[in-house]
Amino acid sequence: MKPAPFDYVAPTTIDAACALLAEAGGGALVLAGGQTLMPLLALRMSQPFIVVDINRIDALKGVTRVEGGTRIGPVTRQNDIITDTILAEALPGLVTATQHVGHHQTRDRGTVGGSIAFGEPAAELPAAAVALGATIEARSIRGTRRIAADALYLGPYATALEPDELVTAIHFPDWPAGTITLFREVARRPGDFALVGLIGAFAVTGGRIARVGIAWFGMGPTPIRARQAEAALRGQPAAGLDARGVAALAVADTAPFDDHHATAEYRRTVGERIFSRALAEASVLF
Amino acid sequence: MSEHHIAVTINGRLHQATVEGRQVLGDFLRVTAGLTGLHLGCEHGVCGACTIIVDGKAVRACLMLAAQADGTSITTVEGLAAPDGTLHPVQQALRDAHGLQCGFCTPGIVMTLAALMQAPAPATEETLLAAMSGHICRCTGYQGIRRAIRALTARPPGEPA
Repeated sequence: MKPAPFDYVAPTTIDAACALLAEAGGGALVLAGGQTLMPLLALRMSQPFIVVDINRIDALKGVTRVEGGTRIGPVTRQNDIITDTILAEALPGLVTATQHVGHHQTRDRGTVGGSIAFGEPAAELPAAAVALGATIEARSIRGTRRIAADALYLGPYATALEPDELVTAIHFPDWPAGTITLFREVARRPGDFALVGLIGAFAVTGGRIARVGIAWFGMGPTPIRARQAEAALRGQPAAGLDARGVAALAVADTAPFDDHHATAEYRRTVGERIFSRALAEASVLF
Repeated sequence: MSEHHIAVTINGRLHQATVEGRQVLGDFLRVTAGLTGLHLGCEHGVCGACTIIVDGKAVRACLMLAAQADGTSITTVEGLAAPDGTLHPVQQALRDAHGLQCGFCTPGIVMTLAALMQAPAPATEETLLAAMSGHICRCTGYQGIRRAIRALTARPPGEPA
């Protein structure tokens, strides 16, 4: 249970980190909070030549308000998300989702960017990024680009990020005042990855659902956006929703699998049930 | 394989050492610094036995590299009791409530509770119990740990509810 040998570097600027990643030609891994990468190194499932520790780059930390949204530095600790006053106001759904990530002790180190960039399909934060319409800012020596969270996840732990790219910010757009966020997670024990989970944001104006974003986690190879359910809800009157019908549509977009934690059938059944209950509960608040 | 010179304050004393890039903080603290009160159980972040306090936060010593600890201030279970041997309130509460059996998981539990008791946010029975999800006790001695937490968060007699 000791990591294989590697070179460790801890740059203090984004430029230096990008230069190191470029130079490594794919042989480097980025170390953020380490709550996933360190186990992978210990188990030797990952054997990079170089570990680029980004914890000493201050420019990658903190939460700031920007035009039309909130910018979160990738090395912001998960526990700091939970207590952040800006986020309590702007993104309460993200705060709730973060409360379910790991344990207090892992959230003290674990970061938002690390979780989003790793892309564990049963993790809360990638799904939150998809549901809330986040974009990921990625930088390399070749330039900076923005990737919609929706387009980031290609498969389990596989993302559209290139090996030389560093996540430099996560941008969450503002949702209208009064937006209701639903979060549901079914796990055997607190802190476990979800067997089934969902996060949804609903903005109601003039009695109609004006804007909606829903994503599942633990329901397939990536976080999965419930596109059919979103389409069915968008523009509809918020009163008298067919919660069970929409839940069935939402589950239709998932691709859960059997594993030693639960069967695909179990995940679909539980998913449909928690979705319809959550929507019925939320419709009282619309 | 890189080597790094680090300076870490451990239990109030400055330690300087040269470590391999890949060396895990928990191994450094046990093997180099000799602090074997820190217990390494699963070594991949699941069991919580190796929890220590780094710059005021409860973290897993198996999920940090020693090189990352350069410049930090660390408290291990050895650093909690007063120099005259008076136990830290968390240690005393666990002792009083029979909150340990074999004791392997105890140092980690003690450090999580100590970190939360000194955190700016008030420690409540609920928050302390929730943080116990990050610890596994294979003696299943959880009821004693719960009693200790209840004692730690009980209001002193006479204080209004």
